[in-house]
Amino acid sequence: MSNIPYILEERPDTGLNNSKLGVWIFLASEVMLFGGLFSAYVFLRIAAPEGDFGYWGSKLNVPMATFNTLLLITSSVTMVMSWASLKLEQFDKYKMYLGITILCGLAFLVVKYFEYTSKFDHGIYPSSSTFMGIYFTLTGLHVLHIIGGLLVLIFFWSKQSDKMWNEDKDLLANRIEITGLYWHFVDLVWIFLFPILYLL
Amino acid sequence: MAGNSKESIEHHIKIYINVFISLAVLTVVTVAVSYLEVSFIEAFFIAITVATIKGSLVLCYFMHLISERQAIIWLLVTTLVAFLILLFIPLISLTDQVGGW
Repeated sequence: MSNIPYILEERPDTGLNNSKLGVWIFLASEVMLFGGLFSAYVFLRIAAPEGDFGYWGSKLNVPMATFNTLLLITSSVTMVMSWASLKLEQFDKYKMYLGITILCGLAFLVVKYFEYTSKFDHGIYPSSSTFMGIYFTLTGLHVLHIIGGLLVLIFFWSKQSDKMWNEDKDLLANRIEITGLYWHFVDLVWIFLFPILYLL
Repeated sequence: MAGNSKESIEHHIKIYINVFISLAVLTVVTVAVSYLEVSFIEAFFIAITVATIKGSLVLCYFMHLISERQAIIWLLVTTLVAFLILLFIPLISLTDQVGGW
């Protein structure tokens, strides 16, 4: 399928295949991207008038965000289960688990849509306060990551995966493992966003 | 990830379920703790500690870091150091008294 070396087999020097090393390097750059924004959050909070972040934070919907957290955690476990199903050569289960992962991701977006529109209906925008500015920036960037991940997941849930499964089972399992690493990272970011934006 | 035999994968599936339950319970704990009457500093450390435990579970088990190669561990350690520099070095500016001199 491809002439790119070390896609599946491990490189002797790193002990890893290039696909996995590549996605980890990408995730390292993502840590710095979100890290910069977390740092911005800390400084804005330190510089804000006392109680300002708490006041605006109290306008957020904690039950909705808690539900979204549970959705992402569920999607993470179904993502890893879809990979495990491929390793066990259970293609139907793979499709089912990946389908649930996609549904959880879509449900997350729907909840986020209602959260955002509820704020807009009350006249709350990113320009309303410093807190809302960083809230919409952080969660908006996270939503973009969810959308990007969903596009990849839908691709691997489509008929394309049937074709890949018939042609090269190991390649599909490798692709799902790599995609899963990204998806778990998106979950990981939310695990930190949730308390600092909604609960503190 | 090391150990991709059928038995190994089936063993891992049980671990994934346990991690999922732990993450769900810790999420409820995070929300419950936020209703406690504690100072901001205490609430901050509790929330970050619980989030760090949850994040570690995702990293170690869902992302298989616990059985991953050294190359990735060192890549992440380097990233963590860079992240901490990004986060904390600017805090030095808090001691900057230029405006008050």
